[in-house]
Amino acid sequence: MEGTAAPQTMTTPAHIAGLPPAFYRIGAFVISLILVAFIILISGASPTTVIGSMVSGALGNADQIGRVIATLSPLLLCAAGLVYTFNAGLYNLGVEGQITFGAIAATWVLRLLYPEGATASLLPPPVAIALAILVGGIGGVLWGLLAGALHVYGRISEIFAGLGLNFAATGIAIYLIFGPWKRPGVASLSGTQPFDESLWLGTFGRTEATPVALALGLIALIITIVVMRNTYFGLRLRAVGRNLRAAYVLGVPARRQLLSAFFICGLFAGVAGALQVVGVFHRLIPNISSNLGFLGLLVVMLVNFDPLWILPVAFFFSALNIGSLQLPLSLGLESSLSGVIQGLLVLFALLGRGLAQKYGRKPEG
Amino acid sequence: MESGQLLIILATAIASATPLVFACIGETITERAGVINLSAEGTIMLCAMVGFVAAKTADNVWLGFLAAAIVGALIALVVAYGAITLKQSQIAIGFVLALLCSDLSAYLGNPYVRIPGPTVPPRFPIPVLQDIPFIGPLFFREGDVLVYAGYALIAATWFYFYRTRGGLTLRAIGEQPAAAFARGHNVIALRYAYTVIGGALMGIAGAAFSLDFKAGWSYRHTAGYGWIALAIVIFGGWNPLRAALGAYLFGMLQSLANVAQSAIPDMPTQVFTVAPFVLMILVLVLTSSDWLDRLLSYLPVNARRSLSRTLHTAPPAALGRPFEQD
Repeated sequence: MEGTAAPQTMTTPAHIAGLPPAFYRIGAFVISLILVAFIILISGASPTTVIGSMVSGALGNADQIGRVIATLSPLLLCAAGLVYTFNAGLYNLGVEGQITFGAIAATWVLRLLYPEGATASLLPPPVAIALAILVGGIGGVLWGLLAGALHVYGRISEIFAGLGLNFAATGIAIYLIFGPWKRPGVASLSGTQPFDESLWLGTFGRTEATPVALALGLIALIITIVVMRNTYFGLRLRAVGRNLRAAYVLGVPARRQLLSAFFICGLFAGVAGALQVVGVFHRLIPNISSNLGFLGLLVVMLVNFDPLWILPVAFFFSALNIGSLQLPLSLGLESSLSGVIQGLLVLFALLGRGLAQKYGRKPEG
Repeated sequence: MESGQLLIILATAIASATPLVFACIGETITERAGVINLSAEGTIMLCAMVGFVAAKTADNVWLGFLAAAIVGALIALVVAYGAITLKQSQIAIGFVLALLCSDLSAYLGNPYVRIPGPTVPPRFPIPVLQDIPFIGPLFFREGDVLVYAGYALIAATWFYFYRTRGGLTLRAIGEQPAAAFARGHNVIALRYAYTVIGGALMGIAGAAFSLDFKAGWSYRHTAGYGWIALAIVIFGGWNPLRAALGAYLFGMLQSLANVAQSAIPDMPTQVFTVAPFVLMILVLVLTSSDWLDRLLSYLPVNARRSLSRTLHTAPPAALGRPFEQD
């Protein structure tokens, strides 16, 4: 694991010695790729075959590209939301719970609008779906603000408030799936009764990708880029993230900024959860968040909290996830290889950044 | 319920909490030195896999524990290097490692899913101690070697923390690293050492699951235990005795969930498996917030002081902050 033996430049003064910072970052990236190849070799497979299988599994046909886009859409929402909490200096590990609670809220609305035994939705399907997405967003906001309130007013680390609420949201989802919302007949881990097809979000042709979800993801990303780069709100958020106390002393309403960050992140994550329900699974399942929240955290860490780079990285990560689903079928390997690759890339990006800061040539003056 | 039955339930709870004791003590040592090893979830999961595979391959349980301890130490070394030497965010590096290691356990451990392997010899009553009324059957009759190793670890850590010079230094580098450095202690080397020791203990915790208390290995075999260990360290106020108490309490909650499951048959069983995690975190939330102080303020002054001292704990002052030695 400890593959980044740092070049020994410690004895010479930093302003003379040291390679350009980019060298360390690229070097770390290369090491992460070598480690990926090594890990594939350990499992007895060939790296080129595995990568070929993953590429064709992700981009081989329209159906697969559709799945990549179906994963990308909620991922964009989560990553965009996390830009706010990260820039405010918060490690919002509760984003998984916010997705889950958004999905629960959306399922609740759809069950109200299309009760068991009914033959049609009480509202026109497009309105019902829109309402479900909206209420899903509100659900996410509630869950996000709960973590925010625990952090801001209860002095609890946002990491643990968020994690606790993740467990709680999963518990509620499982309770509903096995209890009040169980399928007629047998309750099982496979989730609630699927919704009527009229309540499914429309797709591009016969693929799994839905234009609405993609549009919402892109809109969230664009709003985030604009807010973070061009608004006073974004500036204040960064100020709070850099130094909470200083920002507060200088008159930034720090508590309100922190809660706003939780609010926006919860909103985006909740919408993502609702989209998982109306666009992908068409029912509530125990693992409705599909780790998208944690994947979003990795994406935002890799781009160093800068929203401009989220789209390509999120696309790459989605393609990895979908491509890896091919591995058990074609090569008998575990699909979690995608997680290993993503994790190694982010870990070495962090280490490379640190190496560049420590050993890289400092700018003149 | 007969008292004999109750004793066995309690003894089982103690045994099932043992891996968590190793993890919580390990993380307590790390955090007392001023470093957060947030990778616990992934470390425990990967080491559960590594321990199982090593023990299976070598056909020796103890080699499994050794391998798990080494892997746990190596993961901690990455955290230490990133956090202490490169001064990057400990939270970020630990979190990435948490995800990376759990996926790695699934990928590399795939051929070893749900196959039988060696396990720690069961039930090892301790000759004289097991005959002490109540305490004997509870603590010294049903457990195996690992359960007693857990007791020894708790006692040794407590003694080291509060009764030795080394322990004093350990606490100092987490509270006042600059002062410890001024007194001639190598803060950076010590932080490395304690982080690696803590990681090795977390590795042993992982192997304790797969080779003893949840024998065998499958994907997400130990899901949730790393996060719970991190929460229990806070609940335990960075004190090894209280952290161990928290781990045993969690074991009790899990046993209670099992009992409740048979008492309330209408509730889906899966709810009970999450319930202890939720409860534990709720307790953490209540004990670490200032709401508790507000509640206590209604009590008479004397009672308030002593209660506040027992319940209220603060993290090591330099926790999570890199130390500038030069």
